[in-house]
Amino acid sequence: MAAFLVSPTLLVLGLVIAYPVLSAVHSSLYSVPDIDPETGFVEKGDPFVGLDNFTAIFSGAGDRFWNAFWNTSFLTGTSVILETVIGLAMALIMHQGLRGRAWVRASILVPWAIPTAISALLWRWIFDSEGIANSMLNAKILWTTEGFQAQVAVIIAEVWKTAPFVGILVLAGLQIISNEVYEAARVDGAGPIRRLWSITLPLVKPALLVAVLFRLLDALRMFDLPYILIGAGKHSVETLSMLAQDEASNVRFGPASAYSVILFLYVFLIAFAFIKLLGADLLGARDEAGGGKGARKRRSRVAGDDRNPQKEAIA
Amino acid sequence: MRAIPRRLLSCTAVTAALTLVGGCGLGATNVESATDAGERGPISFVTSDTSGIVPTLIKRWNDKHPREKVTFIELPEDADQQRQMMIQNAQLKTDTYTVLNLDVVWTSEFAANRWIDELPADSFPFDKTLGPINDTAKYRGKWFAMPYASDGAMLYYRKDLLEKAGVEEPPKTWDEMREICDKVLGEQKSKMSCYGGQFEKYEGLTVNFSEAINSAGGQVTDAKGIPHLDTPEAERGMDKLVKSFKDGTIPKDGITFMEEQGRRAFEKGNLLFYRNWPYQYAISDKKAKNNEVAGKFGVAPIPGEKGPGASSLGGHNLALSSTARNKATALDFMRFMTNEESSRLKLEKASLAPVYTKLYDEPEYVRKFPYLPVLKKSISGAEPRPRVVQYGDATKAVQNAAYNALTGKQSSAAALRNLQRQLRELAP
Repeated sequence: MAAFLVSPTLLVLGLVIAYPVLSAVHSSLYSVPDIDPETGFVEKGDPFVGLDNFTAIFSGAGDRFWNAFWNTSFLTGTSVILETVIGLAMALIMHQGLRGRAWVRASILVPWAIPTAISALLWRWIFDSEGIANSMLNAKILWTTEGFQAQVAVIIAEVWKTAPFVGILVLAGLQIISNEVYEAARVDGAGPIRRLWSITLPLVKPALLVAVLFRLLDALRMFDLPYILIGAGKHSVETLSMLAQDEASNVRFGPASAYSVILFLYVFLIAFAFIKLLGADLLGARDEAGGGKGARKRRSRVAGDDRNPQKEAIA
Repeated sequence: MRAIPRRLLSCTAVTAALTLVGGCGLGATNVESATDAGERGPISFVTSDTSGIVPTLIKRWNDKHPREKVTFIELPEDADQQRQMMIQNAQLKTDTYTVLNLDVVWTSEFAANRWIDELPADSFPFDKTLGPINDTAKYRGKWFAMPYASDGAMLYYRKDLLEKAGVEEPPKTWDEMREICDKVLGEQKSKMSCYGGQFEKYEGLTVNFSEAINSAGGQVTDAKGIPHLDTPEAERGMDKLVKSFKDGTIPKDGITFMEEQGRRAFEKGNLLFYRNWPYQYAISDKKAKNNEVAGKFGVAPIPGEKGPGASSLGGHNLALSSTARNKATALDFMRFMTNEESSRLKLEKASLAPVYTKLYDEPEYVRKFPYLPVLKKSISGAEPRPRVVQYGDATKAVQNAAYNALTGKQSSAAALRNLQRQLRELAP
């Protein structure tokens, strides 16, 4: 009966998740047909090549793949770190009982509400050789040309857009922390910095980690921002998604699927490692605080965790 | 059940009407139903349309052919997206798209993949067009498309400044251009640069790179798609661009120029010479806030090493989707869309450069579009861009090589050597 009741959900999941993944894996095993030198026509049917599309990344033709791989990792790493720091700061500001708090919140969230493609176009103007960025810096940097400056441009635009996302999730986490904890700390004579380190950060950590995880998964798929802001085919910002798209648009679905499958595995691995690490980390923090009740805590995940540390902090 | 008799019928019709070589049966594997002459009925025309001329033309057709109506399927302006949607249609083997408006560089790819049909050689007056245009409609010597509109490069120059410096004629060679620049710019070189084109890493770079090579007497690829970049001519052409960047003939931010950035720079008075397509003429001639060149510029064929340069060829051709239905109607419609009368309308209402030689010389048109004589020269001497099946890969390779050389990452010789090897792999 239970299986019957969840079967519609399983069916939908199978249709939208399992089928595309399996289909991508399947087509990654095929290559591109040759041109018949006699007629000049492309031969019919894609030849089966097994894992050749995957092993190709370790041969000479793999340069472009590894470049895209490092770009993806580098852009993801730097932008997520910056987003986390800035997003956290934003959340702390939004959480203050300032006058006009609603306005501050709304204005911080504007970048997140703008579609990436549009914000990429906006930043393209800003980073134009005669754009605002150059006139503010009083420099003549050609941002959209190949090189490190293109990566910087992408990171700036990405952080501008997604820091508010981190901010909003962290703000939700901040609002659960009860005021009593802070009052108790103040009575104990803890200054503002001490309160931030010993109360706010540990208590907001579950929400923060979820935000960071989401951002990691999202940033690893980065496509539209570098594609529009810097341009297709610029090697210094080419990500794995862009590489797969380029292969697919040149009607090489085999290699395109292979790159997508690798990206899928990479994202999966990072998410898995992150959740593992996150679990271990929480456990470590708790052992330090009280210890003992490890088994129960290991089972509890991100969402249910915010009550326990609070108690510990009060204690 | 229905497909077999229809195919038989169309086969007999084809052989009877056109006595096509190969005809049906086994030979038909190569020329798959060049014309299914028996089939008539509603079709679709698939194109982007920035000028708004397409509905007018379709209405003219539909009024005359109430039983063979054409539906207009409008595609996005972006060329890559158009190509992708057409490829998707071909891969799904649907009959939604009938007549396709192809960029001239896509012909080989679409023909080799059999996404479009070979056309009967007598379906279009190929002898009345400007020569180089026809090459873009052929794949391996066979006709796969009908020329729809053309495009060629022109050198926009500041007539007022040239006159002030006592220069009467626009330059014909690169050296003449340099001399004029030295004469005109003198001390104010810091504000105004000599020359601009499209050097951002995109299709425009392929265009400008090919023009440099061709204008030095070299060749990027020949008619069979074989590259010839290991020649001294090719290296001189490449070197010319590289040196122009180094010595400031082309401004530093020229590496970020696409058509519009360059046009704005020209209109702001930052460039003395600018290479662009004819579309700029009308825009730059209109008085506007940031445009100080209205009425002060002229056009000339682009310069080359020893005489006028060779433009890259732009434009569009009409082709027939191989999975479409009602192909007899489609062929008639393609003839209608590309005939002289329609070409006149396209020129008058949308400033689309005609493919017919004689339209360029009519006084009334020359009065309205003063650039036509220059454009005629440009297109007559133009060279098609690389004609290879995997054009997407070829143009990326060209862009990489040119970009590396222009930004000093590689020497011209090394960049060309690499490119020669890459294009050789893509050649048949």
